[in-house]
Amino acid sequence: MFDFKVVTDWIDELLRSWLPASLVNITECVLIGICLLVAYALFALALIYAERKVCAAFQCRLGPNRVGPFGTVQVVCDMIKMLIKEIIEIKHVDRYLFNLAPYIVIISSLLAFSCIPFAKGLEILDFNVGIFFLIAASSIGIVGILLAGWASNNKFSLIGAMRSGAQMISYELSIGLSILTIVVLSGSMQLSTIVESQADGWFIFKGHIPAFVAFVVYLIAGTAETNRGPFDLPEAESELTAGYHTEYSGMHFGFFYVAEFVNMFIVAAVATTLFWGGWMPLHIPGWESFNAIMDYIPSLIWFLAKSAVMVFIIMWFKWTFPRLRIDQLLRLEWKYLLPINLCNLLLMVVVVAFDLHF
Amino acid sequence: MNSVQQYFSNFFKGLASLLKGMWITLVEFFTKKVTEKYPENRATLKMFDRFRGELIMLHDENNEHHCVACGICEMNCPNDTIHIEFDMVTTEDEKKKKVLRRYMYDHGSCLYCQLCVRACPHHAIDFIPTYEHAVFTREKLIEQLNKPGSKLAGSDAKV
Repeated sequence: MFDFKVVTDWIDELLRSWLPASLVNITECVLIGICLLVAYALFALALIYAERKVCAAFQCRLGPNRVGPFGTVQVVCDMIKMLIKEIIEIKHVDRYLFNLAPYIVIISSLLAFSCIPFAKGLEILDFNVGIFFLIAASSIGIVGILLAGWASNNKFSLIGAMRSGAQMISYELSIGLSILTIVVLSGSMQLSTIVESQADGWFIFKGHIPAFVAFVVYLIAGTAETNRGPFDLPEAESELTAGYHTEYSGMHFGFFYVAEFVNMFIVAAVATTLFWGGWMPLHIPGWESFNAIMDYIPSLIWFLAKSAVMVFIIMWFKWTFPRLRIDQLLRLEWKYLLPINLCNLLLMVVVVAFDLHF
Repeated sequence: MNSVQQYFSNFFKGLASLLKGMWITLVEFFTKKVTEKYPENRATLKMFDRFRGELIMLHDENNEHHCVACGICEMNCPNDTIHIEFDMVTTEDEKKKKVLRRYMYDHGSCLYCQLCVRACPHHAIDFIPTYEHAVFTREKLIEQLNKPGSKLAGSDAKV
């Protein structure tokens, strides 16, 4: 299995032979930052295209198919359109907070994005409380959403932002507890260690019933975290026009839009990492030749394919279920998901304590 | 006890209905898509039978139509789309009779209501499911529906 450390080490040595040690660090940071931003933008474009195609297929349409082969250039055109649009100055807004809010949202999303282990040796932020950091960083986004609603001087924006706040704080609990279930099983919070320990079997198989329940709860709570349908009531079009980003235009709106899509990918990627073995290939004990063939598929492809399946499931939710009311949303969390999650955590602790997992 | 039962039954009923919904959308995901890729498939694209594209006068293989130039379609048309020009001829038994000269149809003002077709006592006119009627000037939209040299079916009267 190809280890991306070879590439990064080679770049590191190349830089060291040219530059003094202090400059090497700065250059590497800048390089990684650029790579991260480019990957972020590319993922956003790919996801917007996928969303439009999947949505179209669910509605018995074809989706974008005019610009470029199969409409693939459509999203690039949309991005260029968004970039050259005017950012409209709104009267009576809190200018500082209004302009700050989209950046908070995008930075928190970018921070979470940089924690994900994409392939073997291809992790940017990887330390002993990685998954904890990821949850913490992604929760900062809610501050941006609340600020956007507050600063917009628009009551619908404010209602949207407040709903979003209530929703995020509630569902953060479920996300945290379902992640905790897997942390109990793996015994580590470091993302690379979590992936490594799934080499002999993904956690969804190793942890059987509690892991599966945690996975389902995680997926539901994760969909709610990203403000996607059927939990998209912060931006409920029919009642609040667009919720917290009603007053935004141009690239500031683009930031919210892009962050929403990449957050969906982050949720899918974390689900992949925690439950479906991250970039680990599928290994079935005893089938040696099968395992060897699976090893030939690059780890990056394993990761992206698994994440794509997760993203598809989240899109499937969105285009199947009607939007919930705010009381239904909170009832689902506090009366169903949270008790299930707590019992499930207890069950996982019992399973681990008595060594009942595979 | 009752409320506990209700809690669990609600939970599993809800789960079942959600899964049913997801199954339905999944089936929909793989069904054949209805989108027509229009300019590319213009050779094979078939409009449905009841589509009203343009008014025609039905002619048989002997270049004969059934229009007796009664003018009912012209009277029924809400937009003055149809103009019938006719000749008055006197038959052998001294009766005056209308004979169609030109049946003019202005495609630009037709609203495809089909009142003319329904009113026609001889089913001489009908709508056909053609499309692509765009032209550059309005004059080109005015068409003569009876073909040159055509005559009323079953009449031996030379006009």
